[in-house]
Amino acid sequence: MQKQSHRGLSIRTVVAIGIGAAIVFLLKRFGSVPTGVPNTNIDTSYGFLAFFASLFGPIAGFIIGFLGHMLNDLTYGTPWWTWVFTTGIFGGVIGLFWKRFDVEGGNFGVKKIVSFNVLQVITNLVAWVLLAPTLDILVYSEPANKVYLQGIVSGISNAISTGVIGTILLVIYAASRTKRGSLKRE
Amino acid sequence: MPAITFDHVNFQYESQAEPTLHDINLTIHAGEKVLIAGPSGSGKSTLGNLINGSIPHSIKGHVTGTVRIGDQDTQDASLFDLSLLVGTVLQDPDSQFIGLTTAEDIAFGLENDRVARPEMHQRVEEWATRLGIAAQLHQSPQELSGGQKQRDAMAGVLIDDGDILLFDEPLAALDPASGRKSIALIDKLHQQLHNTVIIIEHQIEDVLTRPVDRVILMADGRIIGDLTPAELLRSNRLQQIGLREPLYVEALRYAGCDLNQVDHIEDITALDTQALAPTLQHWQDGAAATPPTVARTPLLDVTDLHFGYNRHTPIFDGLNLTINRGDMLALVGRNGVGKSTLSQIITGFLNPAAGHLTYHDGDQKVDLATLSVKERADKIGYIMQDPNQMISQVMIRDEVGLGLRLRGLDDDTITKRVDDTLKICGLYPFRNWPINALSFGQRKRVTIASILVLQPELLILDEPTAGQDWRHYTDMMTFLEQLNQQGITMMFITHDMHLMLEYANRTVVLGDQGVMLDARPSTVLANPEVSVPLL
Amino acid sequence: MSFQLFGFDDQDTWLHHLSGATKLLAFLGLSIIAMISYDARFLAAITIMSLILFKQAHITWRQIRLVTKFILFFSILNLLAVYVFSPEYGVHLYGTRHLILGSTGYFTLTQEQLFYELNLTLKYIVTVPLALIFLMTTNPSEFASSLNKVGLSYKVSYSVALALRYIPDVQSEYHQISLAQQARGYELSRKANLWQRLQGAGKILIPLVFASLDRIDTVSRAMELRRFGRYRKRTWYMGRDFHASDWLTLLATVLIIILGIALFKVNDGRFWNPFR
Ligand SMILES: Nc1ncnc2c1ncn2[C@@H]1O[C@H](COP(=O)(O)OP(=O)(O)OP(=O)(O)O)[C@@H](O)[C@H]1O
Ligand SMILES: Nc1ncnc2c1ncn2[C@@H]1O[C@H](COP(=O)(O)OP(=O)(O)OP(=O)(O)O)[C@@H](O)[C@H]1O
Ligand SMILES: [Mg+2]
Ligand SMILES: [Mg+2]
Repeated sequence: MQKQSHRGLSIRTVVAIGIGAAIVFLLKRFGSVPTGVPNTNIDTSYGFLAFFASLFGPIAGFIIGFLGHMLNDLTYGTPWWTWVFTTGIFGGVIGLFWKRFDVEGGNFGVKKIVSFNVLQVITNLVAWVLLAPTLDILVYSEPANKVYLQGIVSGISNAISTGVIGTILLVIYAASRTKRGSLKRE
Repeated sequence: MPAITFDHVNFQYESQAEPTLHDINLTIHAGEKVLIAGPSGSGKSTLGNLINGSIPHSIKGHVTGTVRIGDQDTQDASLFDLSLLVGTVLQDPDSQFIGLTTAEDIAFGLENDRVARPEMHQRVEEWATRLGIAAQLHQSPQELSGGQKQRDAMAGVLIDDGDILLFDEPLAALDPASGRKSIALIDKLHQQLHNTVIIIEHQIEDVLTRPVDRVILMADGRIIGDLTPAELLRSNRLQQIGLREPLYVEALRYAGCDLNQVDHIEDITALDTQALAPTLQHWQDGAAATPPTVARTPLLDVTDLHFGYNRHTPIFDGLNLTINRGDMLALVGRNGVGKSTLSQIITGFLNPAAGHLTYHDGDQKVDLATLSVKERADKIGYIMQDPNQMISQVMIRDEVGLGLRLRGLDDDTITKRVDDTLKICGLYPFRNWPINALSFGQRKRVTIASILVLQPELLILDEPTAGQDWRHYTDMMTFLEQLNQQGITMMFITHDMHLMLEYANRTVVLGDQGVMLDARPSTVLANPEVSVPLL
Repeated sequence: MSFQLFGFDDQDTWLHHLSGATKLLAFLGLSIIAMISYDARFLAAITIMSLILFKQAHITWRQIRLVTKFILFFSILNLLAVYVFSPEYGVHLYGTRHLILGSTGYFTLTQEQLFYELNLTLKYIVTVPLALIFLMTTNPSEFASSLNKVGLSYKVSYSVALALRYIPDVQSEYHQISLAQQARGYELSRKANLWQRLQGAGKILIPLVFASLDRIDTVSRAMELRRFGRYRKRTWYMGRDFHASDWLTLLATVLIIILGIALFKVNDGRFWNPFR
């Protein structure tokens, strides 16, 4: 009887996925600034996605990214599947390191900030400069120089968004975690 | 076998340095109807969470002693099994809605129990009809009125046929008439289903409109009384812990009646009013006449206001209202009549379809439509009904100081003003806490503090006393009264007729056709056409 | 006021009566085959078919005007970009060169390039009517149950339902926080400059995220108190059984996909080359 409750995702993760995807969707829709390169925006949702992935792990990270991006594309009529998938991968990879960063445990110091940013820059570059454009060429047969340029611009802008917004959210969140047994009426 | 047993239970939240509940011993028998009362922050919701198993299963902390539901120890039982025994209607009404529509929301528990669809449809239909929300089944729960939301939540737990029903502050968001209906409904269900009912409330007067077997009094995390309603009302225990007595009991006491001699004190309808009449009459004759009105100059004119959330249902259709300088104005009216909407129009959160808002800034007349939300906020402070919508910071001190910081004051002044305000609102001991470690009533006070600290010219308070116990409410209202005497104009929205009578010098009753009545509070209460639907 | 993702419009057409799962599978199947195929005839045929379906779903122009403009704008931008970056890409793909304009410079115009971009255009728009049909004829509650039916775990299906449920909520929360902040002294209205407004938006994001974290806790507690996750399966109040029309729709989808794959054989690859 008891075991049944522990199978699969925890309820908290289920809810985090739902609400996280809703936020990614809204940020993509209302929180992006065009860069000038077609279909490439400075997109605040990646900072948020990295934050949620670090809190709720790889599965949540993947689904939040995939779902949020897909819903947004869907309202424009054409889900661009290769990029939808890449957003999911980005969330998933960042999420792999959630135990490492242990944000819930509080104190997200300089060392963690640096390693988080190294991780996110590498992930962003691999995802947007390599993975997404290559998939575009394979699947959609778009010209290579166009998609790689889009990829490079996206990679850089997403790394900036993740670096600024993700880091701020992580630091504030870790600081807000109240230490065990610390609250006293004074 | 008792339905619920607490045996030497202590509980400490993980983040707290000290226990929140101390040595709780309590036995509740099957079929009993029990009221748990106590001041804000005394641990009522925490106790409720121990009963439904949220503690220890989903809220972290340290429990000692044992809590048993029937013969199951809540530590060992799974939350799923417990939820079949105890149905909980949570304190915060909005957070418990899960389904996209009311019907799905009611069915949520059944879905998880793998009940087949036809049976589910039939049971949902049945309970919705029983609770009078069958017409709302396809609406989103967000679109329901306060009373309907509560019925939705009740249907969702009643459908499980649990033995124990737990209501955490079922009245907090309801107008007196709907509140009474809710209590009557709970009572009716109790009589039909014979389950164990536990109601957590500070509005004792409203709960006691229907019979209750016992009242458990809590203060500072301890149970300090376990008595029948009659015993409670004859004693002065409520006053001691800072809770309000029912108005009629207060009246009897003021009138000098010996409460021990009064039969059926717990039931206002059964009171022998004939016998009491002479004493009460005598008292009333002696009561001071209300002070004469002084001529006032207008501060805010609302002229010919039109507004609706959608085209089909206008909320205001040519509303006119003048708020005068120095008013202490109570805005009353039934749930959903548009009180909060009006404040949101005044503060610029919503834009009217037509009409004018004119603000008298000294001798100048300013059209509020030309001012941004921020500019209006420099003159008009607004405390929203739902505290969660206002809170934006993590720590209490930052939240209260936010407005001052944005106005560019220096740190020392900010600290001083914040501390002073926190003291008035009874939050000073918690000043360095994160807001998420506060009880509901405490959160509401944080939002009040965060606006009070700004000392605006006109202050609009939407349900300032919801979820507050009498002591905090008195402290706060006394302070507001002082501010008012220093010249700050106030409009408070309330369902609490005590509050209106005691503190307002003018009452505006909002009805479906605009302002129904604009008079002194006592006149309003004496006008049965207006006051009966309100009360 | 708040934005509705599923502009679900409850009408009485056969498309409204299809199960969400059917529509989802058909949409996914068609959009994947249309993504892979570069056969203009095939893409054009699907486009025409989806426009006919569109008509049958009784969707009005007003409901889709804005989206259509958006899509047109981005498609044109993309097509131009493809041309600017690779004016000779069509030549490279189709292996022949039929010049229309220019000769030696970088910017040439060839029939192959035009044909390639025509294919791209079809790809951009082919699924649009299908997506809009899907969004406007599917009841969001039923959609979650149908995800579960097509094999997604019910927990993931439910998180999709929660996402749909919370998009309007989170949006109005953003709005509320923004107003509450303005009422405390942030100027975020048109009276503020762009930089102030950007900063302000950032200041709203943080409380929004924290409010959402609190909400995750309360909602998951409320769900737990009503036994979500108790068993390996759950039933759905809004579920819907498959009818003949569902099976027929799926059959038609499968046939179209098979046709698309058969064309790969006929064309000797993904590209239909009319120039050879
Ligand atoms: N999640 C939490 N973490 C830490 N402390 C908490 C938490 N929830 C409540 N507390 C503390 O426990 C005490 C009792 O809170 P509880 O919510 O039980 O009060 P209450 O009697 O229900 O009050 P109210 O009438 O205002 O709802 C409060 O002082 C509060 O600070
Ligand atoms: N955001 C909204 N969208 C649509 N309708 C709304 C919205 N907010 C309120 N309403 C509706 O407008 C009416 C007036 O609501 P309002 O909140 O102003 O009532 P109220 O008098 O403050 O009620 P209460 O005493 O319950 O707080 C209600 O019928 C309500 O359902
Ligand atoms: Mg409480
Ligand atoms: Mg209101």
